[in-house]
Amino acid sequence: MSQIVIKDRIPERELMTSGHLACPGCGGALAMRLVLKAMGPQTVVVLPACCWSIIAGPFPQSSLRVPLYHTAFETGAAVASGVRAALDMRGETETKVMVWAGDGGTFDIGLQALSGAAERGEDFLYFCYDNEAYMNTGVQRSSATPWGAWTTTTPVEQPQSTAKKDMLAIMAAHRIAYAATASVGYPVDLIEKVQKAMAMRGTRFIHILAPCPPGWKFADEQSIELARLAVESRVFPLVEVEDGDRWTLTPAEAATDADAALAKYIGAQGRFRHLKPEQVEQIRRNVDERWQRMEKQASLSD
Amino acid sequence: MRKVIVGNHAVSWGVKLARAEVIAAYPITPQTQIVEELSEMCASGELKARFIKVESEHSAMAACVGASATGARAFTASSSQGLALMHEMLHWAGSGRLPIVMADVNRALGPGWNIWTDQTDSLAQRDTGWIQLYCETNQEVLDTTIMAFRLAEQVDLPVMVVLDAFFLSHTAEPVDIPDQELVDRFLPPRRARYKLDVDDPHSYGALVRPDDYMEMRWHLQDAMHDAVARFDGVETEWATLVGRSYGAVESYRTEDADIALVTSGTITSTARHVIDQHRENGEKIGLVKIKMFRPFPTDALRLALAGIDRVAVLDRNFSPGQGGIFAAELRSALYDLPAEDRPAIYGYVLGLGGRDVTPAVIDGIIDHVRMPGIPARADLWVGVKA
Repeated sequence: MSQIVIKDRIPERELMTSGHLACPGCGGALAMRLVLKAMGPQTVVVLPACCWSIIAGPFPQSSLRVPLYHTAFETGAAVASGVRAALDMRGETETKVMVWAGDGGTFDIGLQALSGAAERGEDFLYFCYDNEAYMNTGVQRSSATPWGAWTTTTPVEQPQSTAKKDMLAIMAAHRIAYAATASVGYPVDLIEKVQKAMAMRGTRFIHILAPCPPGWKFADEQSIELARLAVESRVFPLVEVEDGDRWTLTPAEAATDADAALAKYIGAQGRFRHLKPEQVEQIRRNVDERWQRMEKQASLSD
Repeated sequence: MRKVIVGNHAVSWGVKLARAEVIAAYPITPQTQIVEELSEMCASGELKARFIKVESEHSAMAACVGASATGARAFTASSSQGLALMHEMLHWAGSGRLPIVMADVNRALGPGWNIWTDQTDSLAQRDTGWIQLYCETNQEVLDTTIMAFRLAEQVDLPVMVVLDAFFLSHTAEPVDIPDQELVDRFLPPRRARYKLDVDDPHSYGALVRPDDYMEMRWHLQDAMHDAVARFDGVETEWATLVGRSYGAVESYRTEDADIALVTSGTITSTARHVIDQHRENGEKIGLVKIKMFRPFPTDALRLALAGIDRVAVLDRNFSPGQGGIFAAELRSALYDLPAEDRPAIYGYVLGLGGRDVTPAVIDGIIDHVRMPGIPARADLWVGVKA
């Protein structure tokens, strides 16, 4: 893919400013920048507690050029429901509402409110930028943390012992209009998915893998590489689910060896450094099994 | 229009006449009739509002927060466990300076399960930055609901309208329902000073460092102070239109009294009846009703209780390890008076979990409080079985 094509397909407008407080190499910061490029200025952002509560900047500053409402951890989808209702009552039906939540605020504490809103078909876009642990509080495990990973609450003697919760399947089970995964390593795909979701109504969910250098323990400049390896290794497949049952796997942009990519992905991160070869092999099998399930779902949708 | 309606429906009528724009609610006994009636009003188009049928009370308050922050007039109702679940978001509404109105139908907290009246649910939300207004009759419930929106939007603070479970919520009384046109004159559409607006983007609720946090809390306190005077103004305006007002504090037959009962909610009505009987016997005894609990009407209470020797506070609520909550608040409010002007305050805890407070119970309290030489205490429990 040439740079010229990317330039044409990613809007030039910037609704996120410099001076934000993200760590160097933050996948979550890049994800916001890309999503807002697609969403445009007629957007209200609802932000439950997450790294972005800090990244957006303290009072009286803001690193976003759109209205932003900071709210409590578990309330993203509920507050957005209220914002949507009020905008509709004011006749501002064209203004978009988006929730920007981390994995803790989505997979764990915010799941109930999100499920309620999705069941009601609330008209907003919900973005989960997933850095696979409670990073803002200093790397504690969440239900998005992958099996085998180190965090401060899953020390190497007892690393994460459960599989990452399948958030996409949970959202698909609500039969919402659109649920998808995306990656900061594939910005054009990410932008296009946001644009596609924007053209729809009802609850739309986009799950973005956001590599975290301090939490995953890798070098700042490797974020994009790791985001791409996560997709190439099938650890984080790119997929769309429409109306709850039409699954489409986004084709990998380059033919790669998934096993080799997985070895590189795991090897590059300090949070997996304690794993023994047989544990890595266990991860490989789990990734493969899930991939095959997804392929089956996608083939059933053909 | 005069209708015989239960207290819950008096709330619904108040919300309809106030033209609430967004309602978010979750069912809980004994509040549920409020939102059932509002659902009907929304479904029939009588009330043009968006009703969000949320999956929890926490989300009910969160949705109201979102709607109010976007400039809409928002309402919810709850009780007991539901209100307790909202606690975090009550702070968000209060410190976020959002003029949300909610009705709380006082209900005891579990365990054990108890659906009957008890004020501990609302009083436990004392420090969340909400104005709290307690009601004695269904008419007062309707009037207070409408006034609550006006007051809230004047001071940018949320208001909780509080009514007793069953004694008001499910008891039918004749209520004068004012004309819409009259309410519209009293309560114009909300004009939010600050709101989420794509044409004027701002960030709300961001990280606030120690340099600024205290000032924000001071502004909240300032607004609470302001609300005391504003409430008088709102009541005066409402009285001009409908001929009814209640006062943050009401004195009943306290002229030349030595002893005063202090009450809130429906115990007040029973106490009025008891006072009347004692007055017929020539006893110098009166009643002070507290309608406004937050902000606490310290000046009005000092005035209302001036010259009284002994005060019996009837608390259908309690703070474990302390005592009746109104009694403790009143002691605190009067403590700075010169010792010779300070009445002795007796705090009676009674009627918890809906136990009936009959005229005989109140007679017993009067007999107790006037016993010579009896020491003032804050935790006198009434009618507890041995």
